[in-house]
Amino acid sequence: MEEVQKKYKTTKLKDVNFWFKAAPVNAFPKDGGACIKYKNLQIAVFNFERLNKWYATQNLSPEKQEMVLSRGMIGDYKGTPMIACPLHKKTFSLETGENLNGDLDPIAVYPVKIENDFVYVGFSE
Amino acid sequence: MKTIIVIGNGMVGYKFCEKFVAKKGSENYKVLVFGEEPRPAYDRVHLSEYFENQDAKALELAPKEWYKENNIELIVNERVSDIHRASKKITTVKDRKFSYDYLVLATGSSAFVPPIKGVEKEGVFVYRTIEDLEGMLAYAAKLKDKKPNAKAAVLGGGLLGLEAGKAVMDMGLEPHIVEFAPKLMPRQLDSRSSQVLQLKLESIGLNIHLSKATNQILGEKAITGMEFGEDDMLEVDMLVVSAGIRPRDELGKSCNLEMGVRGGIVVNNKMQTSDKDIYAIGEVALYNQMIYGLVAPGYDMAGIAVNQILGEDSLMPEEIDMSTKLKLIGVDVASFGEPFMPASKGHSIIFENKTQYLYKRINVSLDGKSLLGGILVGDATDYSMLHQIYLNGMTIPEDPAQLILPAGEGGASFGDVMDLPDEAQICSCESVTKGQICGVIESGEATDLADVVGCTKAGTGCGGCKPMVKDLTEATLKSLGIEVKDTICEHFDLNRQDLYKIIQVKGYKKFNEVLDNHGNGGHGCELCKPVVASLMATINADTANEEYAIQDSNDRFLANIQRNGTYSIVPRIPGGEITPDKLIALGEIAKKYDLYTKVTGGVRIDLFGATLNQLPIIWKELIEHGFESGHAYGKSLRTVKTCVGSTWCRYGMDESVSFGIELENRYRGIRAPHKIKGGVSGCIRECAEARGKDFGLIAVEGGWNLYVGGNGGATPRHAELLAEQIDNETVIKYIDRYLMFYMRTAKPLQRTAAWQDRLEGGMDFLKEVIIEDKLGIVDDLEKEMQTLVNKFECEWTQAINNPEMMKRFSHFVNSEEEDDNLVFVPMREQKMPEPWK
Repeated sequence: MEEVQKKYKTTKLKDVNFWFKAAPVNAFPKDGGACIKYKNLQIAVFNFERLNKWYATQNLSPEKQEMVLSRGMIGDYKGTPMIACPLHKKTFSLETGENLNGDLDPIAVYPVKIENDFVYVGFSE
Repeated sequence: MKTIIVIGNGMVGYKFCEKFVAKKGSENYKVLVFGEEPRPAYDRVHLSEYFENQDAKALELAPKEWYKENNIELIVNERVSDIHRASKKITTVKDRKFSYDYLVLATGSSAFVPPIKGVEKEGVFVYRTIEDLEGMLAYAAKLKDKKPNAKAAVLGGGLLGLEAGKAVMDMGLEPHIVEFAPKLMPRQLDSRSSQVLQLKLESIGLNIHLSKATNQILGEKAITGMEFGEDDMLEVDMLVVSAGIRPRDELGKSCNLEMGVRGGIVVNNKMQTSDKDIYAIGEVALYNQMIYGLVAPGYDMAGIAVNQILGEDSLMPEEIDMSTKLKLIGVDVASFGEPFMPASKGHSIIFENKTQYLYKRINVSLDGKSLLGGILVGDATDYSMLHQIYLNGMTIPEDPAQLILPAGEGGASFGDVMDLPDEAQICSCESVTKGQICGVIESGEATDLADVVGCTKAGTGCGGCKPMVKDLTEATLKSLGIEVKDTICEHFDLNRQDLYKIIQVKGYKKFNEVLDNHGNGGHGCELCKPVVASLMATINADTANEEYAIQDSNDRFLANIQRNGTYSIVPRIPGGEITPDKLIALGEIAKKYDLYTKVTGGVRIDLFGATLNQLPIIWKELIEHGFESGHAYGKSLRTVKTCVGSTWCRYGMDESVSFGIELENRYRGIRAPHKIKGGVSGCIRECAEARGKDFGLIAVEGGWNLYVGGNGGATPRHAELLAEQIDNETVIKYIDRYLMFYMRTAKPLQRTAAWQDRLEGGMDFLKEVIIEDKLGIVDDLEKEMQTLVNKFECEWTQAINNPEMMKRFSHFVNSEEEDDNLVFVPMREQKMPEPWK
């Protein structure tokens, strides 16, 4: 696995011990995503308004190790909320990070919470 | 290992190779093929298409590599001069010797040139090979330079003669057909049908002279006319002789094989000549005292020879089906079974309508139960079905007239393709039965027409059976309960065209409105979002700045995402014309931001390596220098490539640059199912490669020729001629209509070429819609296009002037920093992204 990829590990809600206050809600497009910086990590945050849910994943595309996932389109694949990488349209589950149309390694996903119109991403340190 | 030498690499010679290598056991043989022409076998049946596209490759049956891949040694440009039967060797004109175990003669035929006085004069041609055609083309071009209304005659009003007539007409010469017999196509047509054909051909500009015996060719060095009798002559500047064929049987004669009285090498029903190790197939073979000048029997002979050599038992049938269907100069002509039948054998039913140039005749047995043959002129849509009924001896309706009467006038739609027996031969060139076609679909091997053609080769010969193969494919798929779906994705049960109408009628402006009202309850995806975005942009004349989260990767940031997630920038340079000052500005900006710089395939300048954060800053500078978005990132008009045209070029016929700029500025920014490219060439030298574009113009005497539906890409295609010699205003009108019609009806990500290919009715239908307004929609199409033209706005100017729109151009929403994952490496004094590992 690539060196960069090692920095990103899926974090379960129960393991969160630090909520990073990322940006105001209106910094993110409806039914779309944007990227936030936390320490030396790039995290893609998605406002899935149609489901009234927020998701966060690594911004790194595991296919070619480029920081682009936040610029992709979101939607669902047979009911599973997903993100499509803008480079070659590889799709990943926003829930589990698994690659839905191929056998790439899963991407790391992180919990998100909204408080007072601010977006927080959860990490375990 | 035994050696087979095949002499002749024409259609039948090639077919022998193809059928041979497909057989088990063929790996034990070495196959050596000699062709005297400079190129591998090509499709002579469609030779006249060479005039339209002058693309020899398109006619090729298989590329040179095919022979290599199949362990066949192909030697072109080398004629075999002698056969030494005793030592089983051949000699070539280069005096090389080769040994054989089996010899297959597929030398075909040559054009028969009657011994007329003066036939050797300059400007007299035969019509047989690509080289013949090239010679004709060069001569015609020279003629036209000297004499704009030059005339050309074709000697022979048979099948090939009429094809040649079309060819000279396409070359812009006044065409004349001279026939010895009192009617055209004397072998295939009766007098009445021949008259109908003659009327039709005259109506489109062919001059026809019947019952003319040519005494001599007039002229000093070059031909100036033909003399038929005293005071009976025709002035012509060129002559194409197409008076029949003669078998190329010299080799057989010189090695003493048994020959026919009037030529041809005698073969038995195993295709063996009088020497059991020498086979003859195709037009050189005399079988049952006949030379068969059609491709289907030739292919059958090739198959028999293959089987015989490999020790299988198969024989040529006693009677050979000479049915044929073709399109001559746009006119359907077909004959099958026994076209001329003596009254003692049966009855004929004839339908004739000279006002529409229609003639149909069927010959029915005396008891009225079976079909014996027939002739169709003007409309041969019934041919496939009639031919099948004839071949399979199917029962015909009590009133046989129903078979040819127009539906609604007592005619019935008789005979569903699925009623045919499994052994019915659908494609006679490739010997493919109905059972084989249905079989590959039922087994799951093929799921659409293209698969069926790929698996069975049906329809790849003369192409006459294509409609039937299509019908069979569709009917079989339907019988299996396979619905041919073309919905855009799992979120909609609609195709792009349905969605187009819905969005237009309901006036939707947001993706969610469309999804909520017409979707399947899901949340959209990377397939339907860009489609809806593109449709709303087309219908509402919006830019890609609307609802950026549903735009495709590139449209979202108005730039082309590159390998490492940085972007490239392409400003519009209409028609490729740019001032030195603007060129300097581009260079300075590229230098300032350290952008890798390259001239694109579409004659513009591409600046690579801009980060998301840099995009608006760079664009602001470009706009200040008078540039605008080039939409290189959009499914929209890219460039209109131009040659320099009559403003500078000494050959130019018109101002290609001026017109190219006008067109590029007219269609810039509009969103379409896929990218669109244009080209404008100032003369037929075609330096702008306009025929490789979605729309292309070539300046000719008297206006522009407009071509549509070309592209490069994975499946390169030449554009097809839509209209000739039209003025600027008409060009714009037609392109408006064409593009709008395409935008309304194509599938997502379907280029114009693929769309055009799948239009039912093909180019003829397209011309009817665009030029004749068959659907009554051209006013709407023009209006819609004009709205798009009027509402054009540079989306980059729009974006940088709107703070809300600008928000998306930063890598992080919580930091001003840039992507720290980018690594560039140097390359030829510029930079490139670090290679992917």
